[in-house]
Amino acid sequence: MSVYFLNFVLFSIGLYCVLRKRNLIKIIIGLIICEYAVNLFLILVGYKMNGRSPIYAPQQEIVNMVDPLPQVLVLTSIVISLATTALVIAVAIRIYEKYHTFDITKIRRLKG
Amino acid sequence: MNSENNNGMSLIIKTVTRLTVGFIFIYGIYIVLHGHVSPGGGFAGGVIIALSFVNLMLAYGKEELYKRVPKTVLSLFESIGAIMFLSIALLGFTGGYFFYDWFVYKGEPFSIFSAGTMPLSNIAIAIKVASGLFAIFLVLILLRVTSGEEE
Amino acid sequence: MLELHLILIFVIIGAIIAVEIKDLLSSVVAVSAAGLGLCIIFLMLKAPDVAITQLVVEIFLLVILIRATIRRDLPFSVSGRWFFNTLITVVFIGMFLTVAFICLKQLPEFGSPLMRVSSFYLKEGFDKTQATNLISSILLGFRAYDTLGEATILFTSVIAVLVVIRKKGRKEVMEKEDKDEF
Repeated sequence: MSVYFLNFVLFSIGLYCVLRKRNLIKIIIGLIICEYAVNLFLILVGYKMNGRSPIYAPQQEIVNMVDPLPQVLVLTSIVISLATTALVIAVAIRIYEKYHTFDITKIRRLKG
Repeated sequence: MNSENNNGMSLIIKTVTRLTVGFIFIYGIYIVLHGHVSPGGGFAGGVIIALSFVNLMLAYGKEELYKRVPKTVLSLFESIGAIMFLSIALLGFTGGYFFYDWFVYKGEPFSIFSAGTMPLSNIAIAIKVASGLFAIFLVLILLRVTSGEEE
Repeated sequence: MLELHLILIFVIIGAIIAVEIKDLLSSVVAVSAAGLGLCIIFLMLKAPDVAITQLVVEIFLLVILIRATIRRDLPFSVSGRWFFNTLITVVFIGMFLTVAFICLKQLPEFGSPLMRVSSFYLKEGFDKTQATNLISSILLGFRAYDTLGEATILFTSVIAVLVVIRKKGRKEVMEKEDKDEF
């Protein structure tokens, strides 16, 4: 259970960074930390104590495998998060070209 | 990114890159082809292939690579990957449903030619991921930072 | 599972440094270190596929983030309603933690998952698909629709990046950089 608690702490750090910081790059970093926490939570739910990874080996029989379904979901989720993060970074670079700053309060002021 | 960096890095980096980038590329192909017998798969192998091209580009500068890999080639490869994966899925209708395993020859377990359509799907996903991510990187790098210094 | 806690604490420290440090480049490097620690945790939780993908994706993300932050450590404002913002943030995080701890009681104990769906995959996966890597057999066999949707999202994202960073189509950009091809 303490592992889940540490995981929630990690998510809270990302949430704090998204809500509190004013730099666009810091907000993107907060999003990345939140993605880490969610992926780790899904893997932790599927872990079986003293389990083996779900891959068969040639000359031995492997019992007590861990849950393979959350790993598949996380594998999909990591690539999606990479794609969305690349899109957010592209938007940030475009905002920098237009307003010459990463500060979101100044961007809001310039919008009028 | 600025004008003196256009011709790439120093001679040491160029030499080391020339010696090692082929091994990185081959490792990516190995990860893709063995995706159904060992850890790995289309996503990881595709990103490794994209990273080998990124390595080439960081060492040799953008003009050198942009002469050889234009953007149309990248979009062509990405479309090929998407169409290949979708047609593998659509060919399943010969057996009755979407994503039906239409390979007759199942093959021995623990060999490369096994598991039906899975190696083909892995190759399609790898082509798609590699070309897509390298296109993202190319676009982000080639954007000139001009307006920062003007005003 | 003591080493799991230790590496998770390392990841948390990396995240705190990434959030709180002033320099943007150091922040990017710190978050990348946290991601590599996460890769080791995935390997310890018996998920080698996820570990490989996380490692590779992390390096790609590092390259892109450094591109976004290079030579851009500008001053940004610290004035404004400091107390009000912090209060709202703390209240929000408190609400999240409360709901999370209520939901935590419903979860099964750590180390003994409910495998109602995956027991079918573990039993039938090798016979139906002949793939010895069960993750690959689920990803491309049983749940291939997920992979198709994921490929669609990646395709859409690449097109969106190409559209957002474009040189032509806007008037002043066309006038300024007419001879620039890309």
